Order: sequence, then C-alpha cells, then structure tokens
Amino acid sequence: MLAPVSWIREYVELPDDVTTDALAARLTALGLKLEAISRTGEGITGPLVVGRVLTMEPEKQKNGKTINWCTVDVGDANGTGEPQGIVCGAHNFAPGDLVVVVLPGGVLPGGFAISARKTYGHVSAGMICSAAELGLGQDGDGIIVLPAGAGEPGDSAFGVLGLGEEVIEFEINPDRAYALSLRGVAREAALAFGAPYTDPVLRDLRTGEAADGTAYPVEVDDAAGCPVFVARLVSGFDPAAPTPAWMQRRLQLAGMRPISLAVDVTNYVMLETGRPIHAYDADAVRGTLRVRRATAGERLTTLDDTERVLSPEDLVVTDDSGPIGLGGVMGGASTEISASTTRVLVESAHWDATTMFRTGRRHKITSEAGKRNERGVDPTICAAAADRVVELLVELGGATAEPGTTYVGAPPAPATIPMLADLPARVTGMAVDADTTVAHLEAVGCAVSRDGDDLQAIVPPWRPDLSDPFDLVEEVARIVGYDAVPSVLPTPTAGRGLTRSQVLRRRVGRVLAGAGLVEVVSFPFTGEAALDALEVPADDERRDAVRLANPLAATEPLYTTTLLTGTLGAAARNTGRGAPGVALFETGAVAFASDVAAPLLGVDRRPTTDELEALLAAVPRQPLHLAVVLGGVRENAGWWGAGRAADWVDVVGTVRDLADELGIEVRVANDQRAPWHPGRCARVDVVTADGTLVPVGHAGELHPRVVARLGLPARTGAAELDLDVLLGAVPDAVRGPVFSTYPVAKEDVALLVDAGVAAGDVERALRDGAGALLESVRLFDVYTGTGVPDGRKSLAFALRFRAPDRTLAEGEAAAARDAAVAVAAERTGAVLRG
Amino acid sequence: MSGPNNSYDPVEVTPLKAEAVDAMREAAVAAIAAAADLGQLKQVRIEHTGDRSPLALANREIGALPPQARKDAGQRIGRARGEVARALAARQEVLEAEHEERMLVEETVDVTVATDRRPRGARHPLTTGAERVADVFVAMGWEIAEGPVIEAEWLNFDALNLGPDHPARTMQDTFWTSPPENHVVLRTHTSPVQARSMLTRTPPIYIACPGRVFRTDEYDATHSPMFHQVEGLAIDEGITMAHLKGTLDHFAAAMFGEGITTRFRPSYFPFTEPSAEVDLVCFVCRGTAVDEAGDTCRTCRGEGWIEWGGCGVVNPRVLVACGVDPERYTGFAFGMGIDRTLMFRHGVEDLRGFFEGDVRFTTAFGTEI
Ligand SMILES: [Zn+2]
Repeated sequence: MLAPVSWIREYVELPDDVTTDALAARLTALGLKLEAISRTGEGITGPLVVGRVLTMEPEKQKNGKTINWCTVDVGDANGTGEPQGIVCGAHNFAPGDLVVVVLPGGVLPGGFAISARKTYGHVSAGMICSAAELGLGQDGDGIIVLPAGAGEPGDSAFGVLGLGEEVIEFEINPDRAYALSLRGVAREAALAFGAPYTDPVLRDLRTGEAADGTAYPVEVDDAAGCPVFVARLVSGFDPAAPTPAWMQRRLQLAGMRPISLAVDVTNYVMLETGRPIHAYDADAVRGTLRVRRATAGERLTTLDDTERVLSPEDLVVTDDSGPIGLGGVMGGASTEISASTTRVLVESAHWDATTMFRTGRRHKITSEAGKRNERGVDPTICAAAADRVVELLVELGGATAEPGTTYVGAPPAPATIPMLADLPARVTGMAVDADTTVAHLEAVGCAVSRDGDDLQAIVPPWRPDLSDPFDLVEEVARIVGYDAVPSVLPTPTAGRGLTRSQVLRRRVGRVLAGAGLVEVVSFPFTGEAALDALEVPADDERRDAVRLANPLAATEPLYTTTLLTGTLGAAARNTGRGAPGVALFETGAVAFASDVAAPLLGVDRRPTTDELEALLAAVPRQPLHLAVVLGGVRENAGWWGAGRAADWVDVVGTVRDLADELGIEVRVANDQRAPWHPGRCARVDVVTADGTLVPVGHAGELHPRVVARLGLPARTGAAELDLDVLLGAVPDAVRGPVFSTYPVAKEDVALLVDAGVAAGDVERALRDGAGALLESVRLFDVYTGTGVPDGRKSLAFALRFRAPDRTLAEGEAAAARDAAVAVAAERTGAVLRG
Repeated sequence: MSGPNNSYDPVEVTPLKAEAVDAMREAAVAAIAAAADLGQLKQVRIEHTGDRSPLALANREIGALPPQARKDAGQRIGRARGEVARALAARQEVLEAEHEERMLVEETVDVTVATDRRPRGARHPLTTGAERVADVFVAMGWEIAEGPVIEAEWLNFDALNLGPDHPARTMQDTFWTSPPENHVVLRTHTSPVQARSMLTRTPPIYIACPGRVFRTDEYDATHSPMFHQVEGLAIDEGITMAHLKGTLDHFAAAMFGEGITTRFRPSYFPFTEPSAEVDLVCFVCRGTAVDEAGDTCRTCRGEGWIEWGGCGVVNPRVLVACGVDPERYTGFAFGMGIDRTLMFRHGVEDLRGFFEGDVRFTTAFGTEI
C-alpha cells in the first residue's frame, strides 16, 4: 500500500511537526509495517516549469533519427517572456500541449545539469522532460504531456507534478485489509497521535442527494455471495474529459496508472475508501443486472481480453446477454468503459470474501479490487462509495446524476465479541486494567459495553478480521505498545534432553567428519532421468517416488528415494570445480510414495484416535538415510611419497568403522544393486541382539558407466544406509568387557579356496569352528599366483587363542586351529595350504 | 681358579702390588677419559672391566695370597675397580648426553613442509547451527521435536488455523504432492511438528522444532525452495507474551552474545494471536546503525535491527483443533530461519552456498559452530 502523506493528512489533523519518518515509525509500531519512504522529485533543483508548445518542426537527421525543433512558451520563467527554442527527440506531443520544461541552470536526478547547448544545428535552451528523466517512473517512451488546464506557462512544475510529495509504502498484513485505503491508514495515524480524524465516507456529498428510488434494475440471486449491491447511473458524461492533474498525480503516487477519467475515478474512490467500484458502459448493458453463480462451462471475456471458462463457484454479474463480469474480481470486456461512453453505470457491491479468494486463485487474477474484496471490505459504505464516484463524474466529467439509487440487500450485522476485561493482561503479561482495555477497544472503533469484568465489544464494520477475544487482545496490546511487554523466562519442568536418536546422529556426523568426510546438504528434488543415470531398474522400489503436483522444474518432479541423486551431484560439482578427490556424506529423509489420501478433518475439536491414525497413515514413509561418496584422491601425494586414490575398500571400511563406533555388529555380503559395480557391491546387514540380520544398505564401488556418466573420479565408491535401522540397532548399554591376562597363542593358517568363495564366509566358519578359546580372527593376506592353482585363491588368517583362566597347554591352540580349519573345509571347501 | 697356596710369598704376586694396581687403575681411568664416543667407551669397558681385563685378572690372584695379605689386596683391587666403575658411569653419562645432543641436531627437520596427508572433513553449518540452537533450548529444559517433511495438509495448514480459503495460504507457496486430492504437502514450516506434539502429548509442552521446509520460491541468492527453520512452542498454565519475550531474549543472547535483545512489532500469523515480528538488535553495530569506521552498518543496512522471525501467543483455535484445553492452557510459538540466522551471523552473502555442496564452503565452518 502506497500512501501519499498529503493524502493521509487530508483526513487526520496531524501536528505539523510530525515528520514522515515519525509517522511511519508510529504506524509500524501499530502494525502497518514500513517498507519504504520515497520523496518524488528528489534530486531536482532549479527552474522546472510548465511550458506550452507553440511550434514543432520535424527535422530528419543524417543518423536516421528525426528530431523536433520546438518553440515553447514558458511565460516569464526565462526572464524574457520570449518563446524558448528547444530540441526534443520525442514525438508524443503536438503544438498546444502543456509540457514540463527544465531551463538552463536546472539539475535533474543523477546530477544531470542543464545548459543551453548547440545540438542538431540549433541552440537548445533547455529540455522537455519525460517522467523517467524526472525520476518519476520507468515510462521512457515519451515526454510528459500535462492535462489541459494543469497550469499556465511559466508556472513551477513542482506543484503540478506533485514533486516533493512523500509517499510511505506499507506492507499490509492480511488481517488489516482496512489499511488498504487512505481512510484506513489515516484512521491508524489518528490513533497513533491522538489526532482528530475525518472519515471520508461520512462527509456531505455534493451531488449525492438522489438516494431514493431505483437507478437501474438489479436482482441478486445469491445473497450470501453478494450481500449488498448498490447501483447508480450518470448520463451526459464527456468521455473526452481529462482526469485532472491532481487526481492523476495521486493515482500515480499510490502506484496506479491513470487510464481515463471514468476508470480513474473508480480507482481513486477505491484508494480513498477501500471499496472497489466497477463502472459499466450503461449503453452496452442489456436489461436487468443479475448476480448469480456461474454455470459450469459458461464463458466470459474479461477486461484483460482473456476468455475464461467459469466454475459454478464463481460469482458473475449478468445481463440479458449472459455474464458481463466476474463479480468483485474483474469486469467483462463487452461492457467496458470506452472512448465513447456517455452513460456510466456504477456498481458498488459487497462480495463474499471466500468466493473472491477462490475465484482469484482459480483464474489466476490478482487485481487491486480482488485483493481488497478477498480480505474483507467495510460492507456499510457501498452507497457512500457509489455516491462519491457519481459526485466526481459529475464534477469532473460534466455528467448528470440520474435520480435514484439501487440498493439490494443489507450489510451483515457486525460481530459482538464477549471478553473478560483482564484477558489482555493475562495473555500479554503487561499490566493492562479494564479501563485501558475499554478505552483502546473504543479507539479502534469498537462499541464496548461493560458489566463488571464482562465486556461486550461490537466490532466496527471495517474490521471483519476481529472475531475472537484474542483478536481484541492484539488490538489492546498494539496500542499499549509491544515494547511494554516484559521479558520473563518461563520455568519448564525438567526436560529429558536430546533423544537417543538425536545424540547418535551427532555422533555419526562427528565420526564421519573425523574420518575426513565433508557433509553436504542437497535438494531432494529429482527426476526419472537422474534415476536412469544411476541405472535404477524400472521395478526397483526407488522408482516408487512421491511425485510433486507443482515442481519448480519439469525435469525434477520427484521427491527423491535415494540420497545418492543429491550427494553424487555434489561430488560431480566438486570434481568439476577442480577438487582432486571427493569425500562427502549426507543425511536426510528420502520418501516412498503412498497412495492413501489424507483426510481433511474439522478444526472445531481434536481429531478422534481413528481420524488421527488415518491422517498419520497417509503420510508417505520417509526413512532417514545416510549417503557416503569417496572418489579420487583420498591420501595426498607429497614429499613423503605417493598418494592414494579412494576405492571400494575405503567405502566399505567407512561403513564398518562407523558401525564399530556405534557399537553395532554388521555383516557384509556380496550383492548386486544399481548404481554399484556388480562385482564390487556389498550388502550391509545389521546383526541384531537375537542374531537375525536386518538389511541396512549397500556400499562399494560405483558402476564404471555411472562414474563416467556423472563425471566422477575413476573408481568412485558410495554407500547408502538406512540410518533409522542402523541407529535402532545401537545397544542401549554396552556390557563392560571381561578379558584374560594369560599369554596369547598365535596360529596362522593359509587356506586355499575357490576364487568365488567369500572371505567373510571362510572367516565365519573359522570363528564358528575354533571354539571358546578363540580371541580373534583376522584376514591378513589374499594371494593368487605362483603356487596357487587357477580358479583358486589363498586366504591367510591370523588366529589368536587365549584361555580366560590359565596359560594354554602345549597343543591346545593347534587343536583349536585344526577344528576351525575343519569347519572351514566343510563349509567352504577350504584346504590348508602347504 | 687357584686354591690358597700358603707357600707363596705375597710380594712375589706382582699384579697385586700396590703400584701395579694403581697402574691398572690409572690406565683404565685414562682410557675411559680418552674414549671419544659411546662405541669407544664400550670397548674400554670390555678392556678394563671385562673378564680379561687386568683388574679382573689381578682379582683372581688374590686367592693365591697368604690369608693375612688377602684383605689388603682385596681392598686395594676393590677400590680400584670401584673407581674405574664410577669413571665409566660418569663418562657414559657425558657421552650419552653428547650423543643425544648430536642426534637431536642431526634429526632436525623442516617443520614447515606440508603435513596434509589426508584431506580434512567437516560437518555442515546447517547441521551444527541447528545443534547449537537445540543446545540452547535443551539447556532451558526444553526438548527437540522432529517430524516428517512430507506432511498431511491438515497438519501443515488446517490444524494451525490456516483453513483452505485462508489468504495466508498464498503467503506460503506450497509444493503439493500428486494427486493433490490426497492432501499431502511438502511442509511449508515446521509447525506441523508442533501440532503433532500437541496431539500426542499432555501439557506442559516445551519444544523446539528444527528442520527443513519447502516453498515454491525460485532459487537465488536470498531465496531457496528448501530452507531450514527452528520453531518453538510452549504450552503451559499461565504462559504469556512476556514469557515469549523472555525466551527470545535469552535465545538471542545465546546465539549472538550478551546484550543482544529483541523487539516486537505487531504482525499477523494465523497460528498466533496476538502476533509479532521479532527483530534482533544488530549484533555487528549493536543497534547504533553505524560500523566501526562510522559508515552505515552493512549487516542491518543502518536500521540497528535485523528482522529475525515471527512469533505470538498460540491462537486458541489451534489449541482446540489439537486437543489442548484453551480454558486451562495458553501458549506461545515462534519461528525463524536457521539459514538466514547463519547468513547474518557468519556474513554469508549467497544462500546457495549452503546447498551447492562445495567442500570449500563447508570446511570453512569446521565441525562445530
Ligand atoms: Zn548493524
């Protein structure tokens, strides 16, 4: 909302010493938030005057441009009274027009000093100005042509252009629609300074006497959608009558474009009162005006020349020809005011805000009228606003007011809100007594009756937003002043601290960062192409993504099912920016589609247990995942020697180390899954307390095609784990270990197995077979080559044995070793080597 | 080993003569003193104290002496050996010290060479920032509540007094999941977590809800379709706006330093009534609006205050929809952007830095902030 200060002051007698800054600050404290203060004509000094073009000679130039050599009457402003010779490149004017001239010695915004200078073969003594050159707008396609009668040649143009005007731009919250008018802003200014206020809709109207009778036949079929419809008619309107400069200026200052007198008047009255007005060319309207809901499929071409297919929820104004307007939102093209309109039918109607909101959204129309109608307008001022329009059309357009006013319907009764007088104090913590409460409610326009501690407040008609006692509390509080709210710390009961999951997630982050990985946060948006790039098969559950109805990018309509889309993207970005290696991790929720609809419940009570269950069941499953990507340089080369590139061992090792840090036992098995290398992919399972295996994710080297496609370093590896599962397996309390201090007995074995046998299986067999004396097993070498037959491999394990209560006797460790090898032989075909 | 031989004349046992022992001792001490390093000293030790050393050989002869002479000779030899041993130990100590000193010099390296064998890791500032916020509230006895980012429309909007036709819904441009008739959205704020908490817990409730949220904003230096919020909710008997102010003042001081307080401006949020915008004293100029050089403060653009978030008293309609008795309980709620808070706390000019994943951005913040 752009509010010219002079316009505000027209309705409120602010002391002269109230600066615009102070006014804006006080209004901000009351809830009309200052966005900006602008002052028109800032940077203009020296002679800026009204001039009348006497002659203009077009002269074609060698560069192809045509300039006009003009003589301009600037009165006595040039000291001689002689016409001023000025070269002008614009063409949107004619001899006789009033223009704005800056004379030599003047300075325009940006420090642009004007002097008489030789150009195009003439001495140009000044400049005819465009709005852009004066800093008044972006319209650079011509010079300003003032309305006839705007001033006399030689008059200062400052007043005519409204320069030096201060305009406050407010951000108006949805609940304060009344402040989308000068009437409302001035009311708040009066409240802020305790200054006398004149309500512009209550003044005597100079031509508003014809109140009785019917101006035009109107029928309202839907009184809920249109509670009040007022119509008035003027005839003999001069369609050529210009909008007076003062009105154009105020419209411009308020951010609206002057169009034609009839349209400008309706906009002016809307800004003044907050009540949107529609004007029809009465000669284009056929028969009775009717307000009804549209029928499905009905069509209407609106003022913006868009043909719209209507919904049965839209409110339309019709005549005998059908819909001629989208009520309260936008008029129709067929009855639009034109350059030949002489009879103007004025509509000032109150519309149902919800319908306005829905229609505006449905047809994607944002208009000044719709903005006000959907937030709520004072329903009691329809007639006053219509009268005001008529008054201005008569006064400025030479029209005659036709007798009668059509008034259909009645404004809804204002709400009465009961409230306990101490509620503001109880809610705000400020000391606010009952008298203060009553006084402040009255100050915002409420009629308050009081019976002991019980208050009844009838809200003013311009405040449809006030419906609950707490709304009234805010009104009282903002007048007392939010600065008066004391600062008191609440005293909660003892809290339980962070949850186990929250603590563990911090630990996961610290472990991985400590291992040299950098955390990234990616957008979860993805598309089929990204999943294709990862070679995720069509029947994979990761194709079962939540789809967005209105994605930002058509190529990314999905909420991702795998963090790798984002983390690998970040890896590729780092690689593309020259990082020699990437070591990244990311945690976040992924989601899987749900085809269950969520109920839309009522809000007047708590949902029942069943309703709540149904609601929560419809929310898509969103497990928390962890992704790890390691590729390129993992250890730098340096003066100490060669570096090392990351490989699958780093990835699987990172996962195992993380599990160890969390006290979780995991088991790793060979698996195949996109986007991993089919021969270098590990499925990771968590071993739960009862020994069952729960899948937690995959780790390994990425498929070389994926690596190449995404532009990652060769042999980049990745892991993706379900953190919910992983963290769920963390034991609550670790049991303190008991260990033996007797000597250890070491036994190494080298076993020959088929190349396809998993070392993990052999290790498990050794473990199972070695008995209670086994302390640890560790694979320390994998060998193929000389001495090992083709298709076989040699696995070398170090076994450590120890008894809890004694030194092992000669041969005990060897016997246990043999037992271990026997089980390995049985399960995996292992043969003791050499 | 010779047995006692009484027939020997003691003077005939030359090595045990005093002069001979003295000579051996002196030779040994001289050799010890002459040893230039630990290797030579080791050789000297063998030669003068070993089994074949003159003193050791002389010692063997004691048994050949008549008993009356043994004591003298024994003492003489013993004194000499003791003296040699002491000289050896002393020399050993000196030479070891010399050796150590020399080794330390020889082992000197250029400590300025690179030591970055392995690249460093880091946690994301949005993670550590949210943890810092959480710690402030946990220290006050609050708990940290979380919920799904893809959420039922009813929990994201309706339960929070944002009915389907509420104009404020257009203030939060929403990602809808397909089909929209399923009434599931990407949450536009973390408020549904508050609704879930009220629906599943019994007051008093003191929770902070950090998390990622989504709006259909185009991606630029100050807007992102995904960003992070922390919201707070307190529901208890006798809660007022004053408790809200106290909590936010404490939060501001914990995040930005002592003396950084807040101010309220009337505003509008459907979730709260009365509602307020909360501003923060600019922590750079501390409200003076000018920086150290006397120029307009860049952080607050000369306003002395920074817009921080929104807050207010929980609208009783929300309490009703979420099953909290509005006659018994009141509450307050607030919300602010974590990304935005970090942007001005750390002078980050472009929001996109948080989401690009460039490790140079993230590593600058280390593992805690
Ligand atoms: Zn500042």
